[in-house]
Amino acid sequence: MDWMLLLEWVIKSFVLSLILLGGFAYLTWFERKVLARFQVRIGPNRAGPYALLQPIADAVKLIFKEEFTPARAEKILFFLAPIVTVVPALVVAAVVPWGPDIQIGSYTLRLYIADISVGVLYITAITSIAVYGITLAGWSSNNKYALMGGLRSSAQMVSYELALGFCFVIAILMSGSMRPIDIVDAQRNGWFFLIQPAGAFVFLIATLAEVNRAPFDMPEAEQELAAGFHSEYSGMKFALFFMAEYTKMITISSIAVTLFFGGYLGPFVDQLPFLGPIYMLAKIVALLFFMVWVRATLPRIRYDRLMAFGWKVLLPLTLALVLITAVGILLAQEVNPNLIWITPVISAFAGFFAIGLVDRSLRRKAYAAR
Amino acid sequence: MTMDLMGFILVALIAIATAIGMLYSRNAVYAALFLVLNFVSVAIFYLMLGAPFVALSQVTVYAGAIMVLFLFVIMLLGAEKLPPAEVLPWQRPLAFVLALLLFIEGIYWLSVKAGTTAQIASPDATIGTMDAVRSMSMMLFQEYLLPFEVTSILLLIAMIGAIVLTKRVDKKGGQA
Repeated sequence: MDWMLLLEWVIKSFVLSLILLGGFAYLTWFERKVLARFQVRIGPNRAGPYALLQPIADAVKLIFKEEFTPARAEKILFFLAPIVTVVPALVVAAVVPWGPDIQIGSYTLRLYIADISVGVLYITAITSIAVYGITLAGWSSNNKYALMGGLRSSAQMVSYELALGFCFVIAILMSGSMRPIDIVDAQRNGWFFLIQPAGAFVFLIATLAEVNRAPFDMPEAEQELAAGFHSEYSGMKFALFFMAEYTKMITISSIAVTLFFGGYLGPFVDQLPFLGPIYMLAKIVALLFFMVWVRATLPRIRYDRLMAFGWKVLLPLTLALVLITAVGILLAQEVNPNLIWITPVISAFAGFFAIGLVDRSLRRKAYAAR
Repeated sequence: MTMDLMGFILVALIAIATAIGMLYSRNAVYAALFLVLNFVSVAIFYLMLGAPFVALSQVTVYAGAIMVLFLFVIMLLGAEKLPPAEVLPWQRPLAFVLALLLFIEGIYWLSVKAGTTAQIASPDATIGTMDAVRSMSMMLFQEYLLPFEVTSILLLIAMIGAIVLTKRVDKKGGQA
């Protein structure tokens, strides 16, 4: 084993973890500020200039809170569940490339931790493991509401994972590779968002459901379930769930950027490789803003409608999109490269068709009868 | 002892331990979690054999999707506590006899076929790169297309069967 290489991995993993955790802290600040602006409020403004110290104050508060374990909880799983939730949220970021290779003297710095040939599959594997934390948290709390919350959010995540997986397939089809670096490289002639807009949009919806964000925030359906799967958690254990949700937001935005929004690509990125991470960060922040925007705009979807939307709308839609993409690529390869632009047109049509179906199903039966 | 062998023995021990843990835990949730660990250790075997695609599919499909559904059903039905007494008293001696038979059979075939089993072809050099995925899909969609399609139709039928079974029948006998 090359010790330099090992050291590089350790340092890069450490830096990435720090970025994700620091990002988590300031994402809470960002969300509160942006939400406040949407609601014509000022938002947090006490701790430091622009309340920049607010995350630190929150962290200190959470650390010194009393840790409480319900008397008849399953102690081991109750303790393990927050860890099982946080770890996948962090490790999934390992395959995301943050920029092109940077030459420092004779040394090549690669801006990713792991170059896995089946990186996309790695992402699906880790996200499918991430469900356990929430399910186990709900079950081990020995609380009806927590159990209901855990069951709901795990059912939701499993349902939306299929749509998410098909969106991965779309990106794999268009790039012809499962390596995240190849997928980014394949977008030099046009982001996949342009070729497959409906796919990118479905991906964003599915990611919102995957990270349990509004309008799919079932565990936070306070009126029905108290706080859902983390009702019984307090102190640092609660903070870990909080951390997992926001870290997942960051990592899943970075994955969305890699798959559909050109990754680290941007003007002059080949001449000045250090621009890569900056573009990447800018795109991630834009997607995070989108997520907060959606939360500020849309009310929560009722649970049965949420499941119906996942299974009856998103799943058939993504299946159709995979077919459309495959046919479009085949036409472009066999007939004329310009035919690739048929794909966005037909997929946008499919998307509008799906929206029309949702619109119809959302109307009340009394109106539909007329 | 090489690094590979040590790693193999370690993972094998974990796989066996989790399998035994699954069989002996009196709580169905813990049994399911042991099974998840078992699937993950099997995935690590695939990784060691140089098949990352199979390994990660194993984690996604078995450890992820299928076991989550198992856990979901266990929790939904509240069936996590298994009865403390033996339900099938004849099962243990039967299992013992069958395991003994399997063991003898294994020893027999190992001693007879030992010469040939030593010559298992080493994994292809291209495995671990994109080519492995590509060549596997070529095999799957060209050479074994018919079995592949037959399997998918079988799965589809199973899915339709599940939907039909859960469909409620109202009192008049019609489908609700």
